[in-house]
Amino acid sequence: MTLLTITVNGEQVEYDTLESRTLAQFLRYDLGLTGTKIGCEEAECGICTVLVDGVPVDSCIYPALKAEGRTILTIEGLAHGEELHPLQSSFIRHGAVQCGFCTPGLIMTSAALLEENAEPSEHDIKVALKDTYCRCTGYTSVIQAIQSAARQKRGLEPLSVNDPVVDEPMEVISRSVPPQEVREKVVGTAKYTDDYVFPEMLFARTLRSPLPHARILSVDIEKAKALPGVKAVLTHKDVPGENLHGLVYRDWPVLCHDVVRYVGDAVAIVAAESAEIADEALALIKVEYEPLPVVADPKYAHTAEAPILHPNHPTGNLLKHIKVRHGDIEQGFAEADVIVEREYRTPTTEHAFLEPECAIGVPAGFDEHDKLTVYVGSQIPYQDRNQIALAMGLPEENVRVIGTLIGGGFGGKEDIAGQIHVAMLAIVTGKPVKMLYSRQESLIFHPKRHATIIRIKTGAKKDGKLTAVQAELYGDGGAYASLSDKVMTRATTHATGPYDIPNAKIDCFAMYTNNVPSGAFRGFGVTQSAFAVEQNMDLLAEQLGIDPVEMRLINAQKVGVTTATGQLLHESVGLIETIEDVKGDMQASGNGHGFRWAWREGHKAYGWGIACAYKNTGLGGGAPDKSEAEIEAYEDGTLEVRTAAADMGQGIAHVVAQIAAEEMQLGYEQVKVLLCDTDLTPNGGPTTASRQTFVTGNAARGAAIALREAITRSAAEMMDVPPENIRYEEGLLRHNGDSVELKNVVKWMKANGLSPRTKHEYWAPKTQPLGTGGKMHVAFSYATQAALVEVDTETGEVDVLKILSSTDIGRAINPLMLQGQIEGGIIMAMGNCLTESFIVEDGVPWTRLLSRYKMPSIKQMPEITSHLVEARSSDGPYGAKGVGEIPSINTTPAICNAIYNATGVRIYSIPVDQDALLLALRAGRKEIHTAWHDVK
Amino acid sequence: MMKLWNHYYTPTTIDEVQTLLAQYQGRARIVAGGTDLLVDARADEHHTPFEALVDITRIRDLARIHEDEGYLHIGAGVTHTQIVKSTSLVERATCLVESCGVVGGPQVRNVGTLGGNVAHALPAADGTTSLVALAAEVEVVHSGQRKWLPLQELFVGPGQSLLEQGRDLLLGFRFEPCREREASAFKRIMRPQGVALPILGCAVWVRLDTTRSTFEAVRVCIAPVAPTPHRVAEVETAIMGMTATSDTIESMAELAQKVLNPRTSKYRATAAYRFEVIGVLLRRTLTLAVERARTGKAVPEGVGV
Repeated sequence: MTLLTITVNGEQVEYDTLESRTLAQFLRYDLGLTGTKIGCEEAECGICTVLVDGVPVDSCIYPALKAEGRTILTIEGLAHGEELHPLQSSFIRHGAVQCGFCTPGLIMTSAALLEENAEPSEHDIKVALKDTYCRCTGYTSVIQAIQSAARQKRGLEPLSVNDPVVDEPMEVISRSVPPQEVREKVVGTAKYTDDYVFPEMLFARTLRSPLPHARILSVDIEKAKALPGVKAVLTHKDVPGENLHGLVYRDWPVLCHDVVRYVGDAVAIVAAESAEIADEALALIKVEYEPLPVVADPKYAHTAEAPILHPNHPTGNLLKHIKVRHGDIEQGFAEADVIVEREYRTPTTEHAFLEPECAIGVPAGFDEHDKLTVYVGSQIPYQDRNQIALAMGLPEENVRVIGTLIGGGFGGKEDIAGQIHVAMLAIVTGKPVKMLYSRQESLIFHPKRHATIIRIKTGAKKDGKLTAVQAELYGDGGAYASLSDKVMTRATTHATGPYDIPNAKIDCFAMYTNNVPSGAFRGFGVTQSAFAVEQNMDLLAEQLGIDPVEMRLINAQKVGVTTATGQLLHESVGLIETIEDVKGDMQASGNGHGFRWAWREGHKAYGWGIACAYKNTGLGGGAPDKSEAEIEAYEDGTLEVRTAAADMGQGIAHVVAQIAAEEMQLGYEQVKVLLCDTDLTPNGGPTTASRQTFVTGNAARGAAIALREAITRSAAEMMDVPPENIRYEEGLLRHNGDSVELKNVVKWMKANGLSPRTKHEYWAPKTQPLGTGGKMHVAFSYATQAALVEVDTETGEVDVLKILSSTDIGRAINPLMLQGQIEGGIIMAMGNCLTESFIVEDGVPWTRLLSRYKMPSIKQMPEITSHLVEARSSDGPYGAKGVGEIPSINTTPAICNAIYNATGVRIYSIPVDQDALLLALRAGRKEIHTAWHDVK
Repeated sequence: MMKLWNHYYTPTTIDEVQTLLAQYQGRARIVAGGTDLLVDARADEHHTPFEALVDITRIRDLARIHEDEGYLHIGAGVTHTQIVKSTSLVERATCLVESCGVVGGPQVRNVGTLGGNVAHALPAADGTTSLVALAAEVEVVHSGQRKWLPLQELFVGPGQSLLEQGRDLLLGFRFEPCREREASAFKRIMRPQGVALPILGCAVWVRLDTTRSTFEAVRVCIAPVAPTPHRVAEVETAIMGMTATSDTIESMAELAQKVLNPRTSKYRATAAYRFEVIGVLLRRTLTLAVERARTGKAVPEGVGV
């Protein structure tokens, strides 16, 4: 220990700290200033930025002792008391905060910029924030917020908010209210799992397999157990219940006992007095492995010679064969004048949510915890509880899962991470146990987006009408099932694209391999099939001499079309409007000189590309899709909405609050929200499939309507008037000249033994399983995007300059925050197209560092124009459909179509490799079948 | 939470540094910004904590840029940001400003030093490429002796320098500033995927004759094309006395392609790609340097992006 003297947020601090502390650790763990977040510890993501003597530094690798005598400013020190710094208020106002985990880093980096540059241009901001990542917002709103704050600091009016125009705004619905807990997020007091501290808390780590496939011969934990400070070392023998978990198939061991199936499989867990001791203990555990042959490729997995990875699975390595059959495929191709058949490849990709996984287990009887409790930022708290209970051999009622704030999820926080492990360690040690994954551990451990190989054949007539599509998809499911079944089903059913196709035959093979498991990731399989579908559309259009926009208009789904799964679309199909929006913007981009698909300026080649997409809302496919919400009115006139629906930044919290406020005719600020506590909030179901606004929105609405009826009845009795004549007005219930305050009604209800609390269980309309025809999904969202790219023909470098987008989401409940979903989705999808590939070599991940996985930074941000189409869905709340995934599906093919139009080279494998592109240009080749990861 | 070091020292004199190094008998490591050393340590899953880190950035003499006897001096503790903002370097060592301006992001440049970048001895380090083109010398304490060496002598292989870890010291650099008719430029080609090092970097220093139409002297460093930073002697020799036209520059680009043998490096670039862009990069960089030498004006390009 060493005495560190340092000024933090204006106060001089003398603190005896560990010499090995980084500044971030010192701030968080010694001083309790948890506003500074740790995202990677590689000086890569920048979210840990604090100012040292006014200069932004990455506190995650800045030694604490290096700061001796210096002055530190953290997010907690930025506001003056209650008065927010202009950056903090601007970030709220411009909708630049979603999950909030990167917000402190963005704000601190910007604060330093504004001190140095009172009037930063967009370029200046991009330079300053180049290495401060945000995975949610897509940066557009961030730049507006910074420029707005800069104006305020100069004594000018802030910039006006870029609030989208929407149809028929109501009192609260379709209004851009600020999200819940946004103030806490900008001042640094918002609590994510690692920000929680309990007395006597222990720290846990996981020993993971270094081999992709091996038999475990022995595990020796004795030395680790003997290390001073170690409180528990557990292996598979210590799993009290069933040693398995899994969301769809229970095939994933809590701790491996006989075989490890991927690099990252958990073998043992340790709890110790400090994370450093836990780390040392891991190194003392001795595991003997016998390496087994590795199944590294999904096509190899399907061969007879491949070793079977899950002997209990009835179809061997074939996790699932998914089929779509529609019409007569042979007839369809016979009718076609033109047929194109191509093969496309997409890589494994990583969510790179900025908050690595963390879980804390607290044993029953500790402090106020009356049962085993797990704190975790999870997308599916109730299924966590179920899986913990089964593994612990406990009834579900004896387990409580408390959801904390989530620093991004995007599908990557659906599976079990440390939840069961901390439960085991908490029970064995009798102490709270925290397990925080390092970024590097998070990378190798959690399920990814499926790598796919997609062979697709599409036929069309001379007039452009599609006649048939036949496709074969291979999906790399990795070592465990996770959500492969569902994800690859979506890839299969959406492999027609959002078009009217009379004949289809699509087969998908989801395979087990020894690669990192694959699961849910925003777009849920549709991202992959859209890459193939939308390029085939352009290939057909070119051969037929039809404009790519017209090709899509000719075939676009509309009301009355039956999808390839047999679903008659009877309403809410806004695809054509989205195409028209984008077409209009493309034409306008010519500045009156006429639109050109491609042109050259010197060695730069420019091109536009277009692509469409659709995405289901809700689970569908016959799965019961239900959500529950509860609303309580309080004696102070406020409401609380409770539901276990996860808010990972996408904003279900403000959606349900807006709905409750609308139905109760109350101010939005009168509504609080409690999410994701399995003891206090009813089950909202998984946050996946763009479903929460639809299902939990409906549940909240139902609960609010019921509450309103109950309160109205009571008010009627109080005023002695008929209930149907009572009107609500900002917390008052009026009848002619009479009125009673809501809070007094609540008091009256309580005094009369009535409950001002209602619960609603919403069941989405019944859907049909794939293969049975009929309604497979309750609704679809639609989108069209066009991309303008610039290709340097001397280097192969690709820049996306503009994205024009239009998205049919039924209704925008919160237009500004919804626009943030769209912008963020587009930027994430640009990463999918241009930069991101999680590389695994013979089962061994190469992408073990965040520095090896570049998500788009602010400097890559193009100009984004986004329109909303609101084709109401009659079952959605106020007509709303899902929005979470639809924006990140068609960006990739739009960019690839643009690259083709600019250069004449078509991209069959992503991420786009400038190396291969340049060599193709030089050699006059028209196709690229390799990607970045093939440069060897 | 992996521990990266056990003890951390912030001495204020070179003597103190040497005392600490002696005390730890080779088990201490010199650190400046730590943005290479500590990140590399974090990347190593089996990293054993450094016994001691000796931070040299509080030694006042090492943390400054100054001019002395016709040389520009840059101490080993000078950050990339200091270099980018230095008014004495902007026109007189423009290539160095340009190369330091593209290292990492602002947070990294604010703490990471040129000294650390060079000590890492990577053949494609941006700062190194420019220092080589500036014919910089490096001051070291090597085998107990304090001395100046031509920079290129520091490198013995990829990632390997002459300096013995835990015993030797890198103190700083010096080079002659660009004077009239002289200028420099740096450009690089990156890929946007998960690769930190450039695919190819190129720094050029030129001196035109008094008519400003003919090459009098040129230094070219292109990296990586060899295990250590490499001057393209063939181009430097051939270009002397040639007129500074686009044809000459084009012919030099072709010559560079002919004489250099880049290799394929996994996930960074194929040899074929590097071959193609060697010509492009040299043409672009040389053209820019000539323009600067002609006009006597140099505005750094690409800083921060």
